[in-house]
Amino acid sequence: MSYTWLTQLAQAALVLGVAPLLSGVTRKIRARLLRRQGPAIVQPYRDLLKLIRKEAVIAENASWLFRAAPYVIFATTWVAAALVPTFATGLTLSAAADLIVIVALLGTARFLLALAGLDVGTSFGGIGSSREMLFASLAEPAMLMAVFTLSLFAGSTQLSSISAYMLGPDAGLSISLALALVALIIVSIGENARIPVDNPATHLELTMVHEAMILEYSGRHLAVIEAAASLKLLLYLSLIACVFTPWGTAVAGASALSYAIGFIAYAIKLAVLAFLLVLFETSVAKMRVFRVPEFLGVALMLGLLGTILLFVSRVSR
Amino acid sequence: MSLASPCCLSQLAAGGVGLLLALTAFGIFAARRPLGSRLTYAACMLICAGLAGVALIALLAPDGRLESIELAVGLPLGRTLLGFDSLSAAFAVIINLATAIVSGYAIGYGAHAREPQRIVPFYPAFIAGMNLVLLAQDAFSFLVGWEFMSLASWALVVSEHGSSENRRAALVYLIMATGGALTLLLAFGLLAGPEGEYAFEEIRRAITPGVGAIILVLALVGAGSKAGLVPLHAWLPLAHPAAPSHVSALMSGVMTKVAVYGFVRLVFDLAGPPAWWWSVPVLLIAGITALLGVLYALMEHDLKRLLAYHTVENIGIIFIGLGLALAFEASALPTAAALAFAAAIFHVFNHSLFKSLLFMGSGAVLNATGERDMEHLGGLIHRMPVTAVAFLAGCIAISALPPFNGFVSEWLTFQAILLSPDLPQWIPRLVVPAIGATLACSAALAAACFVKAFGMTFLGRARSKAANSARETDRWSQIAMLALAMLCLLAGILPGFVMDSLGPVTEMAVGARLAPQSVQPWFRIVPIATGRSAYNGVLVFAMILFAAAATAFAVRRFASHALRRSPAWDCGFPDPSPATQYTAGSFAQPIRRVFGSAVFRAREHVTMPKPGDTGMARLRVELRDTVWDALYAPVIRIVETMAERLNRMQFLTIRAYLTLVFAALVTLLIIVGTWR
Repeated sequence: MSYTWLTQLAQAALVLGVAPLLSGVTRKIRARLLRRQGPAIVQPYRDLLKLIRKEAVIAENASWLFRAAPYVIFATTWVAAALVPTFATGLTLSAAADLIVIVALLGTARFLLALAGLDVGTSFGGIGSSREMLFASLAEPAMLMAVFTLSLFAGSTQLSSISAYMLGPDAGLSISLALALVALIIVSIGENARIPVDNPATHLELTMVHEAMILEYSGRHLAVIEAAASLKLLLYLSLIACVFTPWGTAVAGASALSYAIGFIAYAIKLAVLAFLLVLFETSVAKMRVFRVPEFLGVALMLGLLGTILLFVSRVSR
Repeated sequence: MSLASPCCLSQLAAGGVGLLLALTAFGIFAARRPLGSRLTYAACMLICAGLAGVALIALLAPDGRLESIELAVGLPLGRTLLGFDSLSAAFAVIINLATAIVSGYAIGYGAHAREPQRIVPFYPAFIAGMNLVLLAQDAFSFLVGWEFMSLASWALVVSEHGSSENRRAALVYLIMATGGALTLLLAFGLLAGPEGEYAFEEIRRAITPGVGAIILVLALVGAGSKAGLVPLHAWLPLAHPAAPSHVSALMSGVMTKVAVYGFVRLVFDLAGPPAWWWSVPVLLIAGITALLGVLYALMEHDLKRLLAYHTVENIGIIFIGLGLALAFEASALPTAAALAFAAAIFHVFNHSLFKSLLFMGSGAVLNATGERDMEHLGGLIHRMPVTAVAFLAGCIAISALPPFNGFVSEWLTFQAILLSPDLPQWIPRLVVPAIGATLACSAALAAACFVKAFGMTFLGRARSKAANSARETDRWSQIAMLALAMLCLLAGILPGFVMDSLGPVTEMAVGARLAPQSVQPWFRIVPIATGRSAYNGVLVFAMILFAAAATAFAVRRFASHALRRSPAWDCGFPDPSPATQYTAGSFAQPIRRVFGSAVFRAREHVTMPKPGDTGMARLRVELRDTVWDALYAPVIRIVETMAERLNRMQFLTIRAYLTLVFAALVTLLIIVGTWR
């Protein structure tokens, strides 16, 4: 019992500490791929520190919702990220919240972010919220379909069990799993505002979605929101790592050595995934906004196809 | 006789209905005075709270089926039996709880009515009708209660009869209600068999084989039209918003649940054991209903109509649960059936809470601003803070987001869907994943819909003078809305209690119950097995609270405290005119472009003046209601043509009339003669 609590707390602290680093690493790789020097990989930490020391400027007509939303968005994202096994499975809270809850917690965060975008009543905030909800209306079901596929394989919606199943002898190559992986990758790209869906590096009306929603934020509020965004990226990469590359992950109650191995394995997996993500990002161009639903629709269709294949091929017991 | 004895409970409940009817009589005289209207609503609140309590005792009573009492004032054709069994007790708790709180709201809200004498007398009658449907243990009382409910609510819909729109809504509603009641009458007639046994007990005992499928169709039409299943939903977004807001809350949040009860009673209880294929039409209709309902809602800019359309979506979700339960029950998978059924009834409960809450919120907004159109609202979070908080809670709950209650029932439905590969037939196995995707899609679209509803109404800058000078609503309304918001949260974080009290209902409907949840540690819910899936609302809520508090604390401790208010930044292009904000129309535009071109045959007509021309540019959006065009419009045309033809008969001479009567008589005699 105490083991799992310890793992859980370590996990919650770990994701919090590592998330900005991951953002820094992706930015660095991206810069190198574009033949730029790029900022140091600790730059996101410096940015956050700088931001929280700055004065917060908010619009005259901003309501309490605008000021409270960042904290709730951060909290729900953090809770969701702490529920995804990173270096070890057997988290205490795994039994309290399954994969569907994780998807829904991200949904709560998105809901509040979209409301915060509308609060000041500017055209940019509205454009961001509106498009974010459009993308979510396809990305969220696509994600759920991928979740369904995984759950049907493992016979459980709990991430620890799914991860354990993938480590176990029953897991094999399957078309449904491949489809779920592709769907999950597309959703990760869409949900984390990466190219080709959104470009976090610009402030141009035609290209921004996420940035448009948080345009009015500054100072500590912006810092909290940026931290939540990097947590979300970490969550998706950890999720893919924990389900599709479970090797090395320590299981509950294992020796200290296996925990150390799990930790190193996790670091390697994250680095590889971050590299692949950036490689993809630098090799494609940004899409038109109304191409994005088609892109995400592909994910939904793949996810659904994977689930249907499983439903039909399952021999009834 | 002890208080908790079943017979006594039935008597108490019947007495409550009697009191409501007496209140109707009182309302006729008292309505014109403000005090009289307040007293009527207060009495309704107390009676409904009492009825909810009585029903709760009946639901939790150890013996599943309860005695019913026979009224002396029977109808000529049968006995009048009133009483609770687990099913009706559960629904009675749900509807009376919501109705009690809505009546509390009405104490304050009803005072603003322009013509209270058109509302106050019918209000208790409407509630009495709904309770009579639930209490009925025979087909006659059921149908009488059903009609009572329909007619009383019809009277409430026409209470604001000044606008032609409302009169049309009332007419459409009346036609649909009559049609629905007729199909129910047929259904009960078939069930009663040739001997005409109308008591439910006797119907259950002597099931006519082979009528089940017809009963299913009739129930889908009869109860489904009341609940708002597509394509019979057309009256709902017309009639629900036309009534005063507290009545809208009852019609949308509560009366649709009585319709669900009617469907459950007919299909799960009276029609006999289901066949596996029954689930297929139910699931397909439910999936289409869920998706179309939310898309309609997204296109709507009238706050109350948006909410009414959204009821259609929720009814779809409820029927998805019921369809799954049918499939599992027919394939002898009792635990899965109990899960799906519990999910559906849980959603019935949840929807009665948050939809009533949202309609009450829209009523408060309507009262404060005189506006239902979201394009003229905005910024109300500053002027109506309490309403805004309650409405926000309702929005999060209805969007199925944790930690509120809407999420739990949707989570349970997903868990039921994940059990369906065990179904032996391949058709449902093919249909169910598609339904799962539809459910996921409609949940995500619901979130978009309520970002729009809350964002356009309460956030941003006021889009009209009325919205700028709005005042917070009265105390009664505030307390009622906050109470419902609190219940939404409580049901979301402590779902185990709700699921446990649904045990007797699932036992009665599908013959199995889920494992008791109260034995689980930390208020966790585990529908099937711990290793499979579990959800702990309390813990998730506590974690979010803790994480948010810790972050806020850390920020307070380490971050700068300086805060400056300044004009909005808006990327350097702020515009003082509120007209430059995103509107409800522009918010929904991307979704309309992606989904609407197929579903609504949406067309955009842009008139752009030539360069140099200073005339206005115009954008006109054309949306077509495909269901209305394909189904209702032809029927209306046929009826109108027939009426036109028949109209000529009005101006015949007496001789012609006599000839007609004679011809009709002869024809009938010939028919009867050949029949023999």
